[in-house]
Amino acid sequence: MATEAYEKQAMKERQLTNKVPWKIKMRPFLILSPAFLLTIGILIPFGMAIYFSLTNYSFKYAEYMFVGLENWIAMFSSPSFWHSVGVTLSYAGLATLIETLLGIGIALLLNRENMLARSLRIVLIFPLVIAPVIATIIWQLMTNNSVGIYSDWLRQLGITNFNWGADPSTALITVLIIDAWVFTPFVTILVLAGLRSLPKAPFESAMIDGGSAWFTFKNLTLPMIMPMLIIAVLFRLMLSLQMFDIIFALTRGGPGDTLMTLPLTAYTEAFTYKELGVSLPFMLILYLFVYFLSHFIVKYWTYTQNKASGK
Amino acid sequence: MKKKIIAFLQNAALVLYAMFAIFPLLWLVILSFKHDRDMFNTTFIFTPTLENYRMLFSDGEYIGYFLDNIIVSFGAIALSIIVGVPAAYALARFDFKGRDGIAFTFLSFRFAPEILVVLPLFLLYQELGLYDTYVGLIWVFQVLSLPLLIWILRGYFEDISVEVENAARLDGYSWWQVFIKIVMPLIRPGLVASALLSLIFVWNNFTFSLLLAGQDVTTTTVAMLQYVASDTVHYGQMAGAVLIASLPIIILALSIQKHLVRGLSMGSVKG
Repeated sequence: MATEAYEKQAMKERQLTNKVPWKIKMRPFLILSPAFLLTIGILIPFGMAIYFSLTNYSFKYAEYMFVGLENWIAMFSSPSFWHSVGVTLSYAGLATLIETLLGIGIALLLNRENMLARSLRIVLIFPLVIAPVIATIIWQLMTNNSVGIYSDWLRQLGITNFNWGADPSTALITVLIIDAWVFTPFVTILVLAGLRSLPKAPFESAMIDGGSAWFTFKNLTLPMIMPMLIIAVLFRLMLSLQMFDIIFALTRGGPGDTLMTLPLTAYTEAFTYKELGVSLPFMLILYLFVYFLSHFIVKYWTYTQNKASGK
Repeated sequence: MKKKIIAFLQNAALVLYAMFAIFPLLWLVILSFKHDRDMFNTTFIFTPTLENYRMLFSDGEYIGYFLDNIIVSFGAIALSIIVGVPAAYALARFDFKGRDGIAFTFLSFRFAPEILVVLPLFLLYQELGLYDTYVGLIWVFQVLSLPLLIWILRGYFEDISVEVENAARLDGYSWWQVFIKIVMPLIRPGLVASALLSLIFVWNNFTFSLLLAGQDVTTTTVAMLQYVASDTVHYGQMAGAVLIASLPIIILALSIQKHLVRGLSMGSVKG
């Protein structure tokens, strides 16, 4: 409906443009210009980032000079870079996987009509709107050695070697738990919205035909909620690739270099070692990756919109 | 019988997850009413005290962080609304060359890694004298709030039939009058929802306030992390502070519940 009306309007605008060219042609740009002016200040840093990545700029010295691709070559040949890439990918991959599976499961459970599901639909959103840093602090209060109730429970169960963020072997699990605590509801509410908009008829006929629950889910539910699911997964993937808050608040990238993702490495290079020039390639390479991902999102987006409007 | 067992197992699984999701928040409430001396030797049974909250508000420090957070968040959202609403309208209504490219450029800001934006801005802000100022933070928060607002509102504008606008124009309203008197009231629910949602993101931000502000402007997220890092942690006060910082956000989220799906997916899912 809306698209149709929009097409008509677009036609009209085009006809108008032929009659009164300049003034109307410029109108959208005029309206957009304040937003552009405001964000140009955010565009400048991108240029600056590329420029400074080619210099030996350091917060320790007043002067800097052009060093070409030195920082880039140094980055690609350092083992710590490949370690960061590995940590970043496993963090983002695992977080997205856990949150997607858990999110779908919880959404299916919430999509039933009983008191429990109805009341939890609202309550379970709470962690999603709490700042990731604050969420980390909450979990630190839960797991700390002296007053943490979770540590206490683990001790009573006889598990004494689970040291949460302090131990290299459990640090990744700990940040993943916190990430899942905050962001699983994101997947849940998108999938739930998808489930609630499903038509009833195909499910009724599947039930009459005696299809198993798994059969119905695989062949009916899943394909039908796919658009929401893909959006949810891509959003999660993109934001967990750049996750800084939770890891920084919990361990600053430690213990050792266990949780040194690309953002944490860039932060440490710039603000601990004061080497801005060295730190920038780490973020630029991540941005490149995220940029392509976001392109994919927009492509998919236009595809579903076109499909919805029958083009 | 089999059905009953399945339903029971489903409820049990849901309750288990709810425990995981909600218990930390309940525990926070409990901690915040616990006296420091009861912290180590009691769990659920103790004499509740308001001491923690009294301490929290006794010096102006915590209230100061809170005010700073309010100033920068509301400032950022107000600015985003002023420039974002017209931009969203233009992107929804006009058909012009490069429209999708421009829309995508705005969207891509939202996905720019925060650290990448911050590193060069750190230099630029010190040059310009914007480091550790309200204006500086309000400006950089546009990275978060403006794309969100533009993309969500664009969808709401597209939902309004063009016929409505054309009819008003036939009645003799000028283009501006149509915008202010006809279109704006129609998108008001969407505007409120997207403004509140961007407010949540800005309020919760950590990276920008950590690196582009210092002594003068400190937001609650940064302040609380500093407090945890100091060695005089009073757990009860900490819990109270965390609760007070999160409660307004939870209430905001509840008030825009109906629009949450649409907002969080930046308008791509019209739940």
